[in-house]
Amino acid sequence: MTALRALDSANLNGGQKLAVKYFTVALALLGVQITFGLLAAVQFVMPDFLFGVVDFSIKRMVHINAMIVWMVFGFIGSVYWMLEEEAGAPTVGLKLGNIIFYVFTAAVLVVVAVYLLVQTGPGEIETQWFITEGREYTEAPRWADIGIVVCLLTFFYNVAATFSKGKVTGIGGVLLLDLVALAGIYTLGMFYTTNLTMDQYWWWWVIHMWVEATWEVMVGCMMAYGLMKVLGTSRKIVTTWLYLEVFMMFGSGILGIGHHYFWIGTPQYWLSIGGFFSALEPLPLVAMVVHAVYDAGVHKSRNNNHPAMGWLIAHAFGNFFGAGVFGFIHTLPQINLYTHGTQWSASHGHFAFYGAYATIIIAFFYIALQKWRGDVWMSGNLFGGWKWKWSMVLLNVGMLGMIMGMLVAGFAQSQIERAIGGATWTAFFAAQEHPWFVQGMHWRLAFGTMFAAGYALLVWDLLTIGKRETRPVQSHDDAALEAK
Amino acid sequence: MAANDNELWWASETFWKKTTIWTTAVMFLVLVGLTLDTMSQIQVGGKRVPAYSAINHRIDYKMDESRHAQVPVIGIEEPLFGKKLTEQEAEALVDHGKLTMHAKNCMDCHTILGNGAYYAPDLTKAWLDPYWGSRGVREELMVAFIKDPTDKIHNSLGRRMPNLGVTDTEAHAVVAYLKWMSTIDTNGFPNNFKPIDQEN
Ligand code: HEC
Ligand code: HEM
Ligand code: HEM
Ligand SMILES: [Fe+2]
Repeated sequence: MTALRALDSANLNGGQKLAVKYFTVALALLGVQITFGLLAAVQFVMPDFLFGVVDFSIKRMVHINAMIVWMVFGFIGSVYWMLEEEAGAPTVGLKLGNIIFYVFTAAVLVVVAVYLLVQTGPGEIETQWFITEGREYTEAPRWADIGIVVCLLTFFYNVAATFSKGKVTGIGGVLLLDLVALAGIYTLGMFYTTNLTMDQYWWWWVIHMWVEATWEVMVGCMMAYGLMKVLGTSRKIVTTWLYLEVFMMFGSGILGIGHHYFWIGTPQYWLSIGGFFSALEPLPLVAMVVHAVYDAGVHKSRNNNHPAMGWLIAHAFGNFFGAGVFGFIHTLPQINLYTHGTQWSASHGHFAFYGAYATIIIAFFYIALQKWRGDVWMSGNLFGGWKWKWSMVLLNVGMLGMIMGMLVAGFAQSQIERAIGGATWTAFFAAQEHPWFVQGMHWRLAFGTMFAAGYALLVWDLLTIGKRETRPVQSHDDAALEAK
Repeated sequence: MAANDNELWWASETFWKKTTIWTTAVMFLVLVGLTLDTMSQIQVGGKRVPAYSAINHRIDYKMDESRHAQVPVIGIEEPLFGKKLTEQEAEALVDHGKLTMHAKNCMDCHTILGNGAYYAPDLTKAWLDPYWGSRGVREELMVAFIKDPTDKIHNSLGRRMPNLGVTDTEAHAVVAYLKWMSTIDTNGFPNNFKPIDQEN
């Protein structure tokens, strides 16, 4: 009986020790997100469920806010993970980084507690400062906004100082600019105005510019690093691709914001500008798939971390289909007129956030665990390898099932409520009561349950993977040799 | 271009780096330009986003043949709750309504201008919804509904709006905000909407 491999932080560098803290909270918050997603989905099927106790709006708010926060934690963790290796210098400001981590986590708990216990406030500006801002995704009260920006800036300082002590690689340079943009854009949503059109104009700057510009660039950096780590792709190749991807991403995505300016009171020219540029947005996502698949092919898919590689490939395809294809299908104004604010949006929203972001953060969890367990073997015949495979199947199939349920419901809704009924109150319920819609909501719940099971297995796997492995990590050379 | 002569330009790191920087800068500047223009066009009191005092008038939503889209029409004087307001009073009332809708998080059940959640009807044209019956009863029905909607169910699914503790003053303000919202020119969204009959 050999001794079990422990999770030993002596295996990690300074930044990585901090990274695994962020990863732990991220994983827990994913659990919160799923729980509240399921509760919200139940209410579509059983309307009186928790009615008047934790209303749909509250469940949904916790659901999507938990998502934003766990993903931001996942990104911060991933950057701290790569930092020392990329910069070639020890992380600067770790003490501050640790303090910020605990403050950030505590603030999240306070915000959620207020959401659940206080829920709503009087119709005054103070409510926005202390309870909720009441705007989708940015529901967090203003004090928390300020906190988030402070956390992001401190984080930026640590990253920038570390790079400037070591060397600024291509990935590093892109990352630094991206972090500035990320924090800067968030501040644009931090004001109140009576003018609803103005309000939504700037609100979309935050939402769209985060998920379709700065977050995409963030995952571009993570992918570049991930491919070097897992497949052993050369730095020159990943850096060149990264520039190409960022070029296409910003080239299309910045003006692509216009696809949110069709119907909110903004001028008509946005119909053409938004339609045209957003229709180009899938191009960088195609490039990312080509990049990942090509590199995997060159290395005959031989890699030293099978679960991470699996999730990186899931990311490439999920990003392409979820954001690219499912975004494209409703991005032209001629279609969006009928799909805007229907289950189509929900279907795309799930596919894109899961496909583009959840997947790659999970890949980083596996990259981290491999090292945390002392550079353990994670290639073929991995002990207990069924767990990561099955959790991946349950999560992916569960998500695809939910997406299809929502898409079918969305089809019914855009025809019945929008095209025929003209989006009146009666038309809304004519669609919601239609069997096709109702079935879609049941499928979402069923597949959501499967997704939750996949999550449970994922947690179990992350806690145990590599524990009983005796073999050390496979080197890229060995993997390559085996491929011959 | 390429630092190294043997290197193909399209495979060169520096080439793509420069392309990225220039493209990003140009796109960003174009967006800033468009934003400045949009800001000037969406000021309250302009053509697209009417003044708050529009709530003193009848609002309709009619087909504009030249635009091939329905557009809001501000009609005859028809003050909300029978009381004509000054511009300042109207602004204060609409503002209170908007603050209330933030505070109660209406947007995490409803969509507003099509953005938000998909659990309950879009509120962009709620003021004009035919379900309110007639012009005469609409205002009071809306106030009563928003204050206590739990026992007023309008669908066979049993999906209800909860009591969110909206006060009487807040409910009046919310109705003013919804009325004002229906005056915004949304380029024809929602399409094919049949407004309440306001002629009699
Ligand atoms: C928990 C979810 C929820 C929240 C929060 C909520 N609503 Fe509703 N609302 C509903 C549902 C469900 C209906 C449909 C009720 C029915 O058909 O009987 C509805 C119906 C309405 C209607 C009538 C629909 C129409 O097309 O005219 C109005 C107006 C309305 N709500 C306004 C508001 C306002 C204002 C707020 C915030 C103060 C709000 N709602 C918050 C769920 C919600
Ligand atoms: C990873 C990247 C992306 C993510 C995470 C994402 C996510 C989302 C989400 C959550 C919404 C719903 C917003 C709301 O609540 O109102 C949305 C809306 C939308 N997305 Fe994306 N998206 C991504 C990329 C894209 C791309 C590349 C396109 C186009 C090609 C696109 C097109 C749209 C459109 C047109 C809408 C508006 C839907 C409506 O009118 O209701 N998205 N996106
Ligand atoms: C058990 C799994 C899940 C269930 C049952 C679920 C259910 C729901 C429900 C009911 C809504 C509200 C939709 C509405 O307003 O009508 C919602 C919104 C949303 N969920 Fe989930 N969800 C799950 C997992 C996830 C995951 C894993 C992600 C992302 C990684 C995600 C991202 C979102 C987003 C972005 C929205 C807002 C969509 C929009 O406004 O267009 N959800 N979800
Ligand atoms: Fe977008």
